[in-house]
Amino acid sequence: MTGKSWTISEQDDILELVLDVPGRRHNVLSSEVLGDLDQALADLEMRSARGVLIRSGKPEGFVVGADVHEFRRILDAARAAELTRAGQKVLERLSRLPYPSVAVIHGPCLGGGLELALACSYRVACDDERTSLALPEVKLGIHPGFGGTVRLPALIGALPALSLMLGGRAVSGRRARSLGLVDACVPERHLDAAARALVRDVPPKACPSWRQAWAGAPFLRPYLGAFMQWRLKAKVDCRQYPAPCRIASLWARQAPFETEALSCAEMLVTPASRHLVHLFEVAEDLKRRAREHVHGIRRVHVVGAGVMGADIAAWAALKGFHVSLQDRAPEVLARAIKRAHGLFAERLKGRAAEAARDRLMPDMRGGALSRADLVIEAIVEDRDAKRALFAQIEAQVAERTIIATNTSSLPLDELAVGLAVPGRLVGLHFFNPVAKMPLIEVIGGTATAPATLAAMRSLAVSLDRLPVDVKSSPGFLVNRALMPYLLEAVTLVEEGVALADIDDAATDFGMPMGPIALADTVGLDVCLAVAQTLGAALDMPVPALLARKVEAGALGKKSGQGFYSYPRPRRFSLRRRSPPDSAISERLIMRLVNEAARCLRLSIVADADMVDIGLVYGTGFAPFRGGPLGYAAALGAAEVRARLLELTQRHGLRFTPDDAWSQGDLLARRSANL
Amino acid sequence: MSAKVFIVDGARTPFLKARDEPGPFSAADLAVAATRALLARQPFDAEDIDQVILGCVIAAPDEANIARIVGLRVGTGFAVPAYTVQRNCASGLQAVASAYDDIRAGRAHLVLAGGTEAMSRAPIQWNIAMSRWLARLYRAKTPTRRLRALADFRLGHLRPVFSLLLGLRDPVVSLSMGQTAEIVAHRFHIGRLAQDSYALQSHQRATASQADGLLRDEVEPLYGSRADSYGQDDGVRPDTDLEKLGRLKPVFDRPFGSVTSGNSSQVTDGAAVVLLASEAMVRHHHLPVLAEIVDHAWAGVDPAQMGLGPVHATAKLLRAHKLGIGDLRHVELNEAFSAQVLACQAAFASQAYAREELGLDAPLGAIDPARLNPHGGAVALGHPVGATGARLVLHLARSLRDEPGALGLATLCIGGGQGGAMLIRGGGAS
Repeated sequence: MTGKSWTISEQDDILELVLDVPGRRHNVLSSEVLGDLDQALADLEMRSARGVLIRSGKPEGFVVGADVHEFRRILDAARAAELTRAGQKVLERLSRLPYPSVAVIHGPCLGGGLELALACSYRVACDDERTSLALPEVKLGIHPGFGGTVRLPALIGALPALSLMLGGRAVSGRRARSLGLVDACVPERHLDAAARALVRDVPPKACPSWRQAWAGAPFLRPYLGAFMQWRLKAKVDCRQYPAPCRIASLWARQAPFETEALSCAEMLVTPASRHLVHLFEVAEDLKRRAREHVHGIRRVHVVGAGVMGADIAAWAALKGFHVSLQDRAPEVLARAIKRAHGLFAERLKGRAAEAARDRLMPDMRGGALSRADLVIEAIVEDRDAKRALFAQIEAQVAERTIIATNTSSLPLDELAVGLAVPGRLVGLHFFNPVAKMPLIEVIGGTATAPATLAAMRSLAVSLDRLPVDVKSSPGFLVNRALMPYLLEAVTLVEEGVALADIDDAATDFGMPMGPIALADTVGLDVCLAVAQTLGAALDMPVPALLARKVEAGALGKKSGQGFYSYPRPRRFSLRRRSPPDSAISERLIMRLVNEAARCLRLSIVADADMVDIGLVYGTGFAPFRGGPLGYAAALGAAEVRARLLELTQRHGLRFTPDDAWSQGDLLARRSANL
Repeated sequence: MSAKVFIVDGARTPFLKARDEPGPFSAADLAVAATRALLARQPFDAEDIDQVILGCVIAAPDEANIARIVGLRVGTGFAVPAYTVQRNCASGLQAVASAYDDIRAGRAHLVLAGGTEAMSRAPIQWNIAMSRWLARLYRAKTPTRRLRALADFRLGHLRPVFSLLLGLRDPVVSLSMGQTAEIVAHRFHIGRLAQDSYALQSHQRATASQADGLLRDEVEPLYGSRADSYGQDDGVRPDTDLEKLGRLKPVFDRPFGSVTSGNSSQVTDGAAVVLLASEAMVRHHHLPVLAEIVDHAWAGVDPAQMGLGPVHATAKLLRAHKLGIGDLRHVELNEAFSAQVLACQAAFASQAYAREELGLDAPLGAIDPARLNPHGGAVALGHPVGATGARLVLHLARSLRDEPGALGLATLCIGGGQGGAMLIRGGGAS
């Protein structure tokens, strides 16, 4: 009897306000939904009752946050501020109801959804695995804007509140209970009773314990705030990511709702937030489309228990697949099982960890092969060995079984030779470390069946990974675009530039790790091997220094000596470090950007968004810049081309601008406001 | 006409000798490891099984009805019922026998049966005096009563109860299993040298079959969480000899006895499982058949001479099928103790025993030593009590796979004074 999304009912003198946004799987707080809430509240204010329970009508969960899609339409800070103010006003109205309100939370309760819950008198959360509470706004380059930065510290204390908002991480119902974020955390069967008990008993509202409350003392705030800012700056660059620093300063200044609204609006229209929101939407859309295909895979057989094979097997078992892991050597299998059990212990508890251990079966003889729905090959990078293995596999598996290879260098079409059903062969390129890298390149050869590709995309999403379709070609997307960047760094070393200056320039640009440190981490021998393969295929010169290092046995972190020595002494000097040199980062990044555009022009990847997703999720390329092509789009193709030409003149032909930069329509695919 | 019952496949873990501390795997872990490998290679799903039956003698406190735990852990789903059987040393055989009965009666078509035991993890418990004292302490509500209850504490309350030792002791005749072996050794004049020689032969046969790979196909390696892996039964001693065995002191009847740790079965952790199927199920899934179970029989004897149980169970089973000892191509007679195996042989051969104890006119005759435990037995491989019966059936079935029609017998002595025996026929007799 109110707007479409909210319904009011009454039982035993207690009202229920249920949110069920039509046409969506999850509830989101769009401005329309908030408008409806305003109307519903007007209705509620007229009624007399003992209290109101606010819950979601979606089985999936409570509310996943504000409508991110709406953000795109906001073009200026003033319009954004209207929205945040309006949202705040509605929630303020909720908090002023003449009787107690209880948010009844099951499943995800995120962002604006949690701010809605915070505006209620009480909150109860479901004690199950799906229930999670978070204020993840910082991940989109903004901060809570519906009163969260004000209400959360007042409820649970400044330090836990800031930690939740700055990290954007989710907490379980139980953790939320111990933080004081919810008043009760009970199994689903008692959720209603717990909520009604709160309305009946009206206990005093929760407030921080004395151990947490001291930090909120007004006279301490400026000092603590300054300390927070200082700690933050060690982790994030406030020029790149202003939102976290803003959260700390809002709190330190005891900023009222109004300031929060204005600040959040300001954040919403920063380029960083634009890019982060865009990437988020592209990723969500990618996942949604991938999920449309039902892969039907339950049993995964992994051949080769080296680091990659072992980690892929462990990850798949963690994510609920029944995995058998085959290798000839029992010691290798034993090490793989140890690593896997370590992962399970880290991510899961008790019975869930045991179930994961039970799902991962070491299988020296390959007994499980015949029933596998998917076989992933992760043996040595040797064409003939792989072909022989595929022949063996094909003789044993069912007709529908998909065979995937984790090769990072061999062309799929060469591997498919000799297969009876070449359409079943696909590349699944995981990144190392598998448990940390959120991307999978799904490699299609000329023969790969579309259904196989669709199944692998869907599988990747089941593995909590983003699938990017890449045509089989040397280095695929990520390694191909990353290699010129790494090689340019080596060239800079050859020219005598200090190692730290190179890495600092890259991290200052927004890369998660400098190229020199990255090369050392990956292993210089691995880098050299990939560089030589790619160099031969793509006519990319490989600096001699790299080979010299490998010859000298300096293989990087694993050998204790690469470009740096390990363990690295902590850099600690009173001398101010020279400011990062943008000429260095320009050389590094431009080579990467140029190669990324080439991949797009050669149709190795379908569109610019996929290039950006691949490089942001595969290498950590500055997300706030929107990935390499997002960055290029911000500069403009002509400008990029001009810069590349200038670099070519100064440093050589390796900077020759790709033809992509002259094909305007190739890159001009982004919405106008980016 | 009752249905035929086939053994279609089976697997076991390596048997791991207990080394004075809890081993790396729980009884459920062991059974899961063997079962999931077994199921992974089947053409049907775990959900297609009709029943799970496991034998286990001393389950850990958190493993009540361990068969159900294992069933759920290997993915049979909620709908597949499971129960655990306990018949001491023959629990594994009882599980297979119960599965056989269910299929034969038409109540089930596909049954997972076996046994598991983590003897190294047998619980150590508080004694009953401690339990009473704790109960009083918890009941005391006022501080003075609590103090008074506390004052009742005696050091003797801390004396632990080793459930393994109790489990290996017959409470009715107050004898340890080793002492019953001493009794039958004495009765049939089986000396120390004969026992040690038999033990040596068990180790030699086990060593040879490990080398020949005769055990490899039935054993699924185990992997722990600490990069530890176990490929084979680790109690086998290829390097033992009569001199080394002769140096060991008797452990049960000190100092004059003859049963030593060297000529007894080992305390071991392990699990063994087999899949039994009806004829219809064999056809439906095109299952390869290892052997057909013909029948089983059970007998009771004096608990003080429980080691002779196999003689009685075997006699009963052979008589029911009008067979003689000579008709058996392969016999697995569990080696609880060398003395006990040799006593069985003597009893089989004895005219007096046949007449007085078995009610037969003529003795059945001793089993041809070449056909008796030809690939080694529990003295070398170990005797995880709940699992052994299933291991005997599994090994027997695998050994007879390529001998269609050949008969084999698996039999065990059972603590408490019983014997169990199962007759199987090799190959796809259908």
